[in-house]
Amino acid sequence: MQQIIYFFIKNKNFLLFALLFIISLLFTIQSHSYHNSKFVSSTNFFSGKVYTVKSNITGYFDLKKQNELLLEENSRLLMLSSRADVSQEPTPLDSTLSKNFEFTGARVINNVYAKTNNYITIDKGSIDSLEIDMGVITSKGLVGMINRVSAKYGRIQSILNTNSQINAQLKKSKHFGFLTWNTKNSNIVQLTEIPKLAPITIGDTIITGGNSSIFPKGILIGQIADYTIEDNDSYTIDVVLFNDMTNLSHVYIIKNKNKKEIIQLQSTQDAE
Amino acid sequence: MQNNQITINIARFIGLLLLQVIVLNHINFLGYINPYAYLIFILLFPFDASKTLLIFLSFLLGLSIDFFADSGGVHAAASVFVGFLRPVLLKFSFGVSYEYNAVKLNKVTFKERFLYITLMVFIHHFVLFSLEIFSASHLLLILKSTLFSGLFSVLLILCALFLFTTKET
Repeated sequence: MQQIIYFFIKNKNFLLFALLFIISLLFTIQSHSYHNSKFVSSTNFFSGKVYTVKSNITGYFDLKKQNELLLEENSRLLMLSSRADVSQEPTPLDSTLSKNFEFTGARVINNVYAKTNNYITIDKGSIDSLEIDMGVITSKGLVGMINRVSAKYGRIQSILNTNSQINAQLKKSKHFGFLTWNTKNSNIVQLTEIPKLAPITIGDTIITGGNSSIFPKGILIGQIADYTIEDNDSYTIDVVLFNDMTNLSHVYIIKNKNKKEIIQLQSTQDAE
Repeated sequence: MQNNQITINIARFIGLLLLQVIVLNHINFLGYINPYAYLIFILLFPFDASKTLLIFLSFLLGLSIDFFADSGGVHAAASVFVGFLRPVLLKFSFGVSYEYNAVKLNKVTFKERFLYITLMVFIHHFVLFSLEIFSASHLLLILKSTLFSGLFSVLLILCALFLFTTKET
């Protein structure tokens, strides 16, 4: 017994190091799997507060650009509403959109885009009825989806994250695939598993597919910049994002009102 | 440690943490290069103080950075690693004089100081990027990030130490 205690005292530095190193490795491994990065996240009270103070100050430097973006969006919405007035009835797509999805605005207080797993922190949380797995967009296009919320803050797993896999399709031909990121360029993501039959040309638009309950169909993503044919007879397409992921300041969170019902339905299917 | 040193180290801990998460994590020079200057805390931690305390504080500092950067535990792991290795590196860089607690970082030659800082920074960065990227197929990216971020960090740390060390009379 005495020897064991002596051993502990003699090696206390190494044992402490080993313990702490293993703890941090566990956190690291957790953070590499989707939905599991529970403990270490910037949605906690302290870092949320610090980032809010910071973005309150740095937000002013960016006002001009953000105003231009808002103007652009306003003019587009005005154009849409004037068109709707003329025809007196909204198009079917619009009406389903507005019925099933709710949009909430939020401010980005921290945005990381230079790592391999990037997250964005926003200033809305569960008291603003945000939940995990809600989609996030800007007026220009897709951003990512929420993967952690605290009371006042939320964290978005951006599309610039190797864990992200979002259902997307070609606007022209409805062939769908999955949007992933190869970590090389913060402006370019990859659309994989598009069948070889699909007619694609450079410059085609990529939109979200309607196959998930997270995003409504038809949210803009980007344009085809380049493509290669993989061994398994499918395309891997480089998509240039419409969004500038390095300069985000306001985002919209999409809430699907029928999500519960859809998930219930899907889970009963699985059970059978 | 004396009271004075405790205050200085607490102030340094908080100051470097905030500097790192608010300014340095967002530099993104050439798209992905960030300096990690919070290592100054581990580099300058009193040489004669408890090694156990240093290991624990390194972990705490790294974990705090992780909370802000949403990076799991990569900074904590890298920091606790260099915190543990520091005595070895000190001995390697400064030779036997370290054994007698006679070393002061602002009194050694530039060569020795440079060696110490470079070793610490590159070991830290290598562990950091290996864990952050976490894939053997991206080995080149790991080495590239380590090299460029490391050079940036060494430069920044040397400048900071040059500016802020008080000349002892």
